[in-house]
Amino acid sequence: MAKYLLLKHYRGAPASVNAAPMDQWTPEEISAHVQYMHDFAARLEETGEFVDSQALAPEGTFVRYDGEGRPPVTDGPFAETKDLIAGWMVIDVDSYERAIELAGELSAAPGAGGEPIHEWLEVRPFLASSPTTTECHLR
Amino acid sequence: MNEALLRSLTPSVLGILVRRGADFAAAEDAVQDALVEAVRVWPADPPRDPKGWLVAVAWRRFLDATRADAARRRREDLVDGEPAPGPASAVDDTLQLYFLCAHPSLTPSSAVALTLRAVGGLTTRQIAQAYLVPEATMAQRISRAKRTVSGVRFDQPGDVATVLRVLYLVFNEGYSGDVDLAAESIRLTRQLAGAIDHPEVAGLLALMLLHHARRATRTAPDGSLVPLAEQDRSRWDTEAIAEGVEILQAALARDRLGEFQAQAAIAALHADAPTAEETDWVQIVEWYDELARLTDSPVVRLNRAVAVGEANGPRAGLAALAALNDSLPRHTAVAAYLHKRDGDLATAARLYAEAAQKAPNLAERDYLTRQAARLNARRCR
Repeated sequence: MAKYLLLKHYRGAPASVNAAPMDQWTPEEISAHVQYMHDFAARLEETGEFVDSQALAPEGTFVRYDGEGRPPVTDGPFAETKDLIAGWMVIDVDSYERAIELAGELSAAPGAGGEPIHEWLEVRPFLASSPTTTECHLR
Repeated sequence: MNEALLRSLTPSVLGILVRRGADFAAAEDAVQDALVEAVRVWPADPPRDPKGWLVAVAWRRFLDATRADAARRRREDLVDGEPAPGPASAVDDTLQLYFLCAHPSLTPSSAVALTLRAVGGLTTRQIAQAYLVPEATMAQRISRAKRTVSGVRFDQPGDVATVLRVLYLVFNEGYSGDVDLAAESIRLTRQLAGAIDHPEVAGLLALMLLHHARRATRTAPDGSLVPLAEQDRSRWDTEAIAEGVEILQAALARDRLGEFQAQAAIAALHADAPTAEETDWVQIVEWYDELARLTDSPVVRLNRAVAVGEANGPRAGLAALAALNDSLPRHTAVAAYLHKRDGDLATAARLYAEAAQKAPNLAERDYLTRQAARLNARRCR
């Protein structure tokens, strides 16, 4: 029972095996891809492992405090080279192994030619806000 | 409206329905319906016999649901053919329910959810809030769990160890949302201890009480971690400690040692010490030896290294630590602590910073980072 964030990147992750840009897929291939993601989320709802899933727009802006009485500094839209998060899914699973298994499945979503994309997904454990009580002298 | 009363009646009402031949999943739905009805009706018209009232209403709901479902016609005949419901003994049924909800065919998260719902009488929403997942997710977890165990026979005793593990999982989830899971798991373990005579059930109850007695002092008002040695012992719950010690002593007297009793013994030695300096570390090391013998767990040996460091000095602790795999959770934190005790502040600071990177939760990470910062500041002065 631990929560994990599965992160999908627009850019910044290593290249996928089947890396053709989405606008060069056929419409059917795009539909199949979208359907795969829907089915995946629906199956996790079924198993009681689904927590949340959101997609993000490709445009992001860095913002920074610039001193008293001045508007925050922005760097404008992300430059092409920056890491960029496309979306996330949060799962709540029994083990780390299960989180890895699910991320692997998600990475197998079909892309160009109907073949799996093999894209790199990032799996990050949530830090719980408070520790458990199991035997430990630090507490 | 007495919610605590409703919760405590839930398992025996459910047990009676199942005993009368209702399918577990359908019985559980019917009991939930009856609880909702009770919340609506009781404030204006409290029943003289709350349990009897709940059984009657739940049974009626179950029959209605069975009748309404044409596809289940055949089972309806079966149910009508059952002998008329008489008074049923509740205690055994409740016990069976514990075993059913902790059935080995369930994943840990399903077993926890089903136990809180069927034995604990919590609503799906309350359980979802406590575990910070959407209500729909928790509803699915529970209904899958119900399906998984629906074919399991109700009259076979299960494995006590599995039940205890589930209850300890709930306890360790602690506090979030409007349900205090630690208090809830203590209530359920207490109820189990009343229904079954087993030294490890008593051991777990004692362990929970002893841990729980220190809860108010384990974190500062800002949520930061307060280590055992720095906790304000005057704020420990002496009543809970006394109860835990008493339950533990009765269990130990039966000479059937198990891991929960051994853990409780260690917790009791901590709770007994008037000050951190007066902790009986020598005896604690002995209990860790017992525990290591019972569980062969590397986490136990890691904790033992800490105790050895206190009993025989940090060098001895570091020697014990050297025998363990350094990929163990909290291994680096323990090493940092022992090096600090040994006076090697540079190594301690470096290890604390490293341990903070690997911390499994925010409170621990912040604590370890502060330790590193404090040592670095002291060294640079």
